[in-house]
Amino acid sequence: MRTQADPFPSKMELLITRYVKLQDGRVWLNGIVEYVSELGSANELFRSVYRHYRTDYPKFFKMDNLCKLAFLSAEILLRGTDVLQKYPAEQIGIILENASSSLEYDQKHLESVRDRDKYFPSPSVFVYTIPNIMVAEIAIRHQMKGENAVFISEQFDPELIDHYVSELFRNQRVSCCLSGWVECYRDHYQSFLFIIEEKDKIKRCKGVQEYVTLNILNVERLFKGKPI
Amino acid sequence: MIEDLINKLKGEIIRELEMENMTPEELDPEAPLFGEGGLGLDSIDVLELVVLLEQNYGLKIQASKEGREIFYSIRTIAEYIRAHQKE
Repeated sequence: MRTQADPFPSKMELLITRYVKLQDGRVWLNGIVEYVSELGSANELFRSVYRHYRTDYPKFFKMDNLCKLAFLSAEILLRGTDVLQKYPAEQIGIILENASSSLEYDQKHLESVRDRDKYFPSPSVFVYTIPNIMVAEIAIRHQMKGENAVFISEQFDPELIDHYVSELFRNQRVSCCLSGWVECYRDHYQSFLFIIEEKDKIKRCKGVQEYVTLNILNVERLFKGKPI
Repeated sequence: MIEDLINKLKGEIIRELEMENMTPEELDPEAPLFGEGGLGLDSIDVLELVVLLEQNYGLKIQASKEGREIFYSIRTIAEYIRAHQKE
């Protein structure tokens, strides 16, 4: 029950200040196509995106495709922003969803231990048999130390993100949050990642597009590429 | 020849550790595998190297102290393989 002494604001306006999508050989930033590739496989595409954005992080090549996708999405999303300087590392959260968890590497690991006579499980495969590792790869790269979670859902669930992230802000567990959908299984891949900030802590720059209020409908429309 | 073994190891390390951005020529056999100024491998990589030695050369590394000396560089790995495969 809320009382007058309750320090947590019941209502704060949260905004999506930037969003990125990777899907069907394309990279969109804030709804605008930035990069197009005809490369067929997910791995080839991710490597070409890595090179296109002149990324320098050799560990990228050791990641599974799920982590590569999450890593690249965060890389493109955060480039040119000041969120890493503006917020304490402990106040930047990462909340993600996907459908296939880490299934591709789960299966790869299973194959390596199926035959008792050729029992050579690979540590570098095993380490990716948990979807939360994609959060870890982003957090290590950008030194983010805030709340994090990965939820498994058959489909992108904007309601869960809206409620969960809003609650984190309301309870002052985060001041900024990377959130969205990072799904990858074999050559099917789709990411939609966005930055959420509190309206009162944003200085709007001239020429910058209008930010989008965080709510279920807006998140769903951005995910589907529909106008707000 | 140990140089042949070193070249073979370079290919195996690049493949097993998925160092796609490196060529065998770029791998210095004398350079430390771990830490600053070296190849920058991590703890998962060392486990992968342990598996590689067992799978490809039938050699089991038991003690971590021994492992530190063996896995100092590509040359020390090659020397260990050469010494123990003769036994």
